[in-house]
Amino acid sequence: MSAPTTGSTPAASTGLDSAGTDSTGADSTSLAVRAAGVGKIFPTKTGDVVALTGVELTVAAGEFVSLIGPSGCGKSTLLRLIADLDSTSSGELQIFGKSAKQARIDQDYGIAFQQAGLLPWRTVAGNIELPLELHGVAKETRRARVAELASLVGLSDFVDRYPDQLSGGMQQRVAIARALAEQPRLLLMDEPFGALDEMTREYLQGELTRIAKDTGAAVVFVTHSIPEAVFLSDRVVVMSPRPGRITEILPTGLGDVRSESLRESPEYFERVTAVREALHGSPVERANER
Amino acid sequence: MTLRQAQDDALRQAQDGASITEAPKPGGAMRQARGGRSAYDGSGWTPPSWVRIVAPVVVGLVILLLWILVVDVLAIAPRALPSPIAILEQIADHNDIILEDMAITARNALIGLALGAIVAILLGALASAFGPIDGMLAPLVSAIAVVPIVAITPILNTMFGASSQFGRVAVAAIASFVPVFVNVLRGLRQTRPVHRDVLRSAGANGWQTFRVLTLPTAVPYLMTGLRIASSIAVIAALVAEYFGGPADGIGTAIATYAKSGRAALAFAYVAGGIAIGLAFFLVTSLLERIATRRKPV
Repeated sequence: MSAPTTGSTPAASTGLDSAGTDSTGADSTSLAVRAAGVGKIFPTKTGDVVALTGVELTVAAGEFVSLIGPSGCGKSTLLRLIADLDSTSSGELQIFGKSAKQARIDQDYGIAFQQAGLLPWRTVAGNIELPLELHGVAKETRRARVAELASLVGLSDFVDRYPDQLSGGMQQRVAIARALAEQPRLLLMDEPFGALDEMTREYLQGELTRIAKDTGAAVVFVTHSIPEAVFLSDRVVVMSPRPGRITEILPTGLGDVRSESLRESPEYFERVTAVREALHGSPVERANER
Repeated sequence: MTLRQAQDDALRQAQDGASITEAPKPGGAMRQARGGRSAYDGSGWTPPSWVRIVAPVVVGLVILLLWILVVDVLAIAPRALPSPIAILEQIADHNDIILEDMAITARNALIGLALGAIVAILLGALASAFGPIDGMLAPLVSAIAVVPIVAITPILNTMFGASSQFGRVAVAAIASFVPVFVNVLRGLRQTRPVHRDVLRSAGANGWQTFRVLTLPTAVPYLMTGLRIASSIAVIAALVAEYFGGPADGIGTAIATYAKSGRAALAFAYVAGGIAIGLAFFLVTSLLERIATRRKPV
């Protein structure tokens, strides 16, 4: 997949409406992700499985976008396509105006998964610096960067520990630090808090909004938690299965500051309801109306 | 049952498919298992930890006392079974020549283990990297696994001549090869999908992925293979001495002294053989423990 350097859509923070056209603009690289008619088919013995079809999505630089939907809606598949861990079957996918493969090789994105995926024989520092080590960064530079990242995720006292000495939440913070090692402009996250308890989860959500703001990176965040998607995101992309596709894109309009008080605010609940209705495809019955 | 038969049996059992494909034990599980006083361990009553050490010592002492009773006190044992006291005397009197022969057998076993392991690691790496090579090697490895090592020992000894230790080394190498190969090949296939994704997303090339992920993942499996192979290598090197070659080594001495009626000295050499086997086992077990202490997260 080769990326025409000038091919793009107009600035498209509104999402769905502007994507999928072949109009050209000068600011293609200001878009973190541009997907036009992206589809993914997995061939199986019993026939082809359509995992994704007709995905039109743009993510602006610095924007926080969540992908939400039931199992099998292709949200993780879409993330893996963006990360070039799988390849598209159809359509066009650009990351900062480049092909997904080029963006991966250029380390334009960092990624974190539901499993922390730390190498158990490496210390916290060894895990955080892994991408830097692979790219031949000098030892002194690596050490400085590890110290910086460890303090960013609040693990400065734990850099010499091994992953099995850490809690699940701490392991996940190490994984996030590793994803940020190359100072990516795009952070891809596949249910990174999915296996954590509720308290750790809410704490790390707050931390993530702070980190995203500090680093100015765009984030594509896969989740199946409605409150999580609303709390974190500028826009929530609602997806639906069989075949996997985008059904709705909802801007949250909750502003730049995401504090704990937001979780109790009426706007927040309103957005949660809106996303829930989009997921169910109909207005949700309230408990007191039953 | 003669000693030779017993050793042949042990060798065959050791070469059994089931016993050469153990998964490495994660250190954490072992630590948990030794935790002792947990409230819900299923069995109800957990004996205090000192019992674990004292119980086998008591069993050993009881057997020793029965042995002394049968041989020395009641004097109803056959001539070939000497008293433990006589054996200890022989060990004390002849420790110099016993140690000399132990060094020869241990050296053969060690060189054989190293050779077998190196070939196994190289072929295992090739087999894991290239599917067709795996297909080509699989029947060969199965064949080596089922060949009773004693069956080809006389041939190898004749092949390399009566003055060379290499026949014995080769026997130990062939016997060590299979468990190391099987475990290395298995270990090289144990990388987890999430780790492969992490490295791919970090833009790692094939060699980097092998060095940073595939190899460290396989090391615990290699160590398990080495632990199993180490005992087999000692047995193989010792048994090979029964089939010719130079007139030295533990096995040669046991055969000679057993035939010439010096049963106590023969048993003293058996003790030497046990010491070698134990040393090999303990060292490789320790290496395995070190290699498996970091369990995957």
